[in-house]
Amino acid sequence: MKEIVVISGKGGTGKTSIVASFAALANNAVLADCDVDAADLYLVLEPDIKQTHDFSGGKLASVITEKCIGCGRCEEVCNFDAAVFNGPPNDVVERTYTIDSIACEGCGLCVHYCPVDAIEFKDAVNGQWFISDTRFGPMVHARLGIAQENSGKLVSLIRKQSKQIAAEQNKDLIIVDGSPGIGCPVIASIVGADLVLAVTEPTISGQHDLDRVVELTKHFKIPTAVCVNKYDINVKITKAIEKKALERDLKVAGKITYDIAVTKAQIAARSIVEYSSNGLKDQIVSLWESVLDILKPS
Amino acid sequence: MPDNLVIAVASGKGGTGKTTIATNLAHYTARLGQKVQYLDCDVEEPNGHIFLKPKIDFSGAVTIDVPQVDLEKCTGCGKCGEICQYSAIICIKENVLTFEQLCHSCSGCWRICPADAIKPKPLNIGDIEFGKASGVDFVGGKLRIGYVRTPSLIKEVKKHIKEDHLAIIDVPPGTSCPVVEAVRGADFVLLITEPTPFGLNDLKLTVGLVREMNLPFAIIINRYGIGNNEVEKYCAAENIDIVLKLPDDRRIAEAYSSGRIIVDVLSEYLKQFSELYEYIKRIKVGINDKRRLRVRRKNKSGFRSSSSCTQDP
Ligand code: SF4
Ligand code: SF4
Repeated sequence: MKEIVVISGKGGTGKTSIVASFAALANNAVLADCDVDAADLYLVLEPDIKQTHDFSGGKLASVITEKCIGCGRCEEVCNFDAAVFNGPPNDVVERTYTIDSIACEGCGLCVHYCPVDAIEFKDAVNGQWFISDTRFGPMVHARLGIAQENSGKLVSLIRKQSKQIAAEQNKDLIIVDGSPGIGCPVIASIVGADLVLAVTEPTISGQHDLDRVVELTKHFKIPTAVCVNKYDINVKITKAIEKKALERDLKVAGKITYDIAVTKAQIAARSIVEYSSNGLKDQIVSLWESVLDILKPS
Repeated sequence: MPDNLVIAVASGKGGTGKTTIATNLAHYTARLGQKVQYLDCDVEEPNGHIFLKPKIDFSGAVTIDVPQVDLEKCTGCGKCGEICQYSAIICIKENVLTFEQLCHSCSGCWRICPADAIKPKPLNIGDIEFGKASGVDFVGGKLRIGYVRTPSLIKEVKKHIKEDHLAIIDVPPGTSCPVVEAVRGADFVLLITEPTPFGLNDLKLTVGLVREMNLPFAIIINRYGIGNNEVEKYCAAENIDIVLKLPDDRRIAEAYSSGRIIVDVLSEYLKQFSELYEYIKRIKVGINDKRRLRVRRKNKSGFRSSSSCTQDP
């Protein structure tokens, strides 16, 4: 079983459109949307949800107002400015504390140090995750709650579930839609994967972000290939990206032209390879073939 | 002039032109004599410097506190491992192991250790730079590769907001903790989107976030004309202001690709940014003052801050 993760340091490079096309081209794959912050893959794959589960990545503190004596110990120990002296009065004091659930990181210090045990510590529901069927096979995806934390843990959970499904259903490939950036959800998406495909665009920003992402995959020793999307927007920068990739021993798996059909396919809720039949489709098919080629055991 | 205003420029989806808007707005208003500051809080992939090309006057390392265990003093009681919610410190058979990358700097372990065997030590998570770019005061954070404490670095960048400047914050993409940290305390949020299904989907998530945080906001549509009119329908139904529509213009994409400021090379867009500036001038400061002041007060004392810059300018 092989796992390929498509990421882009810079957002908006067409990563999800490429993943949707890969899903259409692969015939025995499990699909995983690990871009939990801005999960868009479902818009194209239109999953039929079979299972829904709550996701809890940590805990949250909350003050039991009746018990609070307003001593301020919680505010003193909280490093995240989450304990606020703005609660309603109770039988003992004029004002009580409350916990700002958006700021709370669930460290539990206030719970431990509160002298009257007035703070509860409960599992936080950070989001939901789903197992679905799509026209291209099973898909695991999620929705992170608004302003929630623990996206890294959710990503790890999705990957674990995808592997389990792949094992059960004898699928030999997992295609993962990763997230932008280089932070915890990205690290959680790529660690231990067989191949990372970094999608970039020929802009100075794209180049800069690719450098950082490639440094990250190198740091975690994950084989990496590059795809330049909209390469014709700036041919000079595309050349520079290719040259640098070569110097770093990275394969350029493919180049894709700028084409309005990418947006049109998105509006039609189709992958590019289903929607377009011209050169654009050929470019993506050849990208996919070279990805499979890189994945092959040598 | 809006000299005491903090504007966050955000977008759920990456690559919608957030940095383009933020840098052009900063550059344009500085040209008009506005005291303006640009703060790059997209610390995982900072790009503002590409367009503003600041001359960096000063830079420093940003550190957070992680535990350092003195095994001579440790009695192996295991209290540190019990209090830590993140498995960043564990005690197995009188041996204490720490995992710095998992630590949230909550201070629990060094507070609780009865043998006084744990002390906080600084861990370098990134860098912060200060400079000037044709009238724009520039502050930028950059996360080190392999590090995950994005929100702490953002917090540090935001400590350098100047009270007498229009502060423009370039927010990281997405809707989770780094975004929350970057928009927190802002007077107003500009949400950048594109008129596509992905753009709309991510916009809705971001609107949910700013509403949850009680922040006033309006929308800018970039690459207007590229997709469909669903974003506009959504804004009308939800009663959300659309401040600006920037057309899908290949010349903008080209200027962007080579790191240029649009208002410098395509003068016809001056009008758009002037309208945006007029809109900003009408924004009221201090809708969110309470929380902002609260956070600032704490930061100023330098006392329970979870991050710090090793040198201050
Ligand atoms: S659990 Fe930790 S982060 Fe949350 S309010 Fe209590 S001390 Fe603050
Ligand atoms: S400071 Fe908090 S998060 Fe870090 S190791 Fe100690 S208890 Fe864990």
